[in-house]
Amino acid sequence: MNFKLTYDIALSLLTARWKQTLVAAVGVMFSITMFIALLSFMGGLNHLLDSLIVNRTPHIRLYNQLQQAKKQPLELYNANKKSHNFISSIKPKDENEGLRNANKIVATLKKDPRVEGIAPKLIAQVFYNVGRTDVNGLINGIDIEEESRLFFFKDYVVDGNPDALKTTPNSIILGKGAAEKMLTSIGDVIQVTSAAGQQMQLKVVGFYQSGLKEVDDVQSFTSVITTQKLLGKPNTYITDIQIKLKDLLSAPRLAKEYSSLFDVDAIDIQSANSQFDTGSNIRTTISYSVGITLLVVAGFGIYNILNMMIYEKIDSIAILKATGFSGNDVRNIFNIIALSIGIAGGFAGLLAGLGLSGIIDQIPFQTSALPTVTTYPVEYNPRFYIIGALFSVLTTYMAGYLPSRKASKIDPVIIIRGK
Amino acid sequence: MGRFVLQAKKINKWFKEQTSFKALSDIDLEVKRGEFISITGKSGCGKSTLLYILSTMDTDYEGELLINNVSMRGKEEAELARVRNEEIGFVFQFHYLLNEFSVLKNVMLPGLKLNRYSAEEIEHSAMQKLKILGIESEATKMPNQLSGGQKQRVAIARALINNPLIIMGDEPTGNLDKKNSDIVFDIFKELANVYQQTLLIVTHDNEFAARTSRIVEMEDGRITVNRK
Repeated sequence: MNFKLTYDIALSLLTARWKQTLVAAVGVMFSITMFIALLSFMGGLNHLLDSLIVNRTPHIRLYNQLQQAKKQPLELYNANKKSHNFISSIKPKDENEGLRNANKIVATLKKDPRVEGIAPKLIAQVFYNVGRTDVNGLINGIDIEEESRLFFFKDYVVDGNPDALKTTPNSIILGKGAAEKMLTSIGDVIQVTSAAGQQMQLKVVGFYQSGLKEVDDVQSFTSVITTQKLLGKPNTYITDIQIKLKDLLSAPRLAKEYSSLFDVDAIDIQSANSQFDTGSNIRTTISYSVGITLLVVAGFGIYNILNMMIYEKIDSIAILKATGFSGNDVRNIFNIIALSIGIAGGFAGLLAGLGLSGIIDQIPFQTSALPTVTTYPVEYNPRFYIIGALFSVLTTYMAGYLPSRKASKIDPVIIIRGK
Repeated sequence: MGRFVLQAKKINKWFKEQTSFKALSDIDLEVKRGEFISITGKSGCGKSTLLYILSTMDTDYEGELLINNVSMRGKEEAELARVRNEEIGFVFQFHYLLNEFSVLKNVMLPGLKLNRYSAEEIEHSAMQKLKILGIESEATKMPNQLSGGQKQRVAIARALINNPLIIMGDEPTGNLDKKNSDIVFDIFKELANVYQQTLLIVTHDNEFAARTSRIVEMEDGRITVNRK
């Protein structure tokens, strides 16, 4: 009601004990700083780890699983008869591993507004022929442009020129691990043998490093046409269609839709990589709980200081009440004190947190597994700052709640008579 | 009816700590406008207890209390606070000034709380009250720079700021030496005579009481003497 007066009194009480006030505010500032820095750093780390897998994984992958026919011919033949068929040792039918009507599927998907982009792919099991020994390998025939646009392929080509995949015929980008095994350098020509026995000479135009050793030891990349030639297949043969969606979360639903629409198998990113999602969630939860714990500790500091202030100022509170200030007025005074500490400390903490994040962002962090990263990853997310601000105000209000209530309930008679 | 500033009817008060103890029994008291009343009695006779009930700060009693013909029974805490702010001025044994504020601001606080006049008007009237009490030159000082007698005068100025219906004092001269006691008494006398201010002062100083316009003597929670 008379806000200015309440505020005046609160301010004078605050400044009268400015050292304590400062300590309380610094407590809040410190915890908000750590909260912001921790979340920013964790966020950056999550992004980094996500990009290690999630960015490179298609949101939906369409493929043709080799499996037994769901309806065996015998069942079709006996459909109308009242009998049971027992068939043992069913084998997969001899079927083309490629996607049927791949071109039409691609054309349809390109028109779908929910799709960000698609990249066709075919995979070939090969042996890298190194002298007299053979090394197991997997060659991915990819569309280098789409692959780079959608799945950041070029970021992981550590050496050589990835675009040469398109311009140089019969060229290959070797996994770093595989290249080391073969002691090849860029410009060398290697020989691979397909599972069907087809041999082919390929020119090394680059090295690929994903940061996952298992992948780098085995995988290599060529253009789609080169792989088709290696497999001796026509130029319509594709084994996988990789889809990147505009909305990642719709992947499971759309996977089902495409699966029935195109009569192919479809797997969404959530099912394929659920462990990464879980990891990110756990890391985020941990950072939030540590940050909030810090704030709660700061809240206890404020609680103590306000309690002390009330004991010190109990005479003043009594006389304020005797001269006509109601319990509510007194409560407001102490609430304002608590909130001022929270707001001032919180604001300083947000700035300091931004500064600390900036410093972390400058610390060099180089690892051979992550070629694109040079400093510690930090995520500058406004959401962290909003949460930090809200929590600083909330915890200080909560910390001030009990002391304020106590102050409002002080009976002036007891204090005045006690003198 | 309208003549009474304050009426107490059959006020009873028990202290219920461990054993029940009757602190006040059947107190009847009527205060008219412009009266300067002193309540005296030995320690523990219940005179302070009565004052805190009459001042609305203690609400745990039986009986009827009317201030300005309005019953205080069943009023909310915030309403009682407003009554104290507007109708009652307090002077205690201890001055209870807020050390964080200047003398002037201390006097102004209840006025600012009442919020009936602008800050400038309140400041002006605070200066006037300080002038009546002869300490206008101390207005800008902090309370801890003042002597005991001066502080008590500031406390009286604070009690006067909202032009209250009645001023209540609880041993207002209890902490003062003879000279300062006399000054404070003279101020009260002047307020009563010149400004028709109603005063109700609890004291155990018989000399002080003897000079007031009406003496109420108490013993064991009862009024024994009530003379003009």
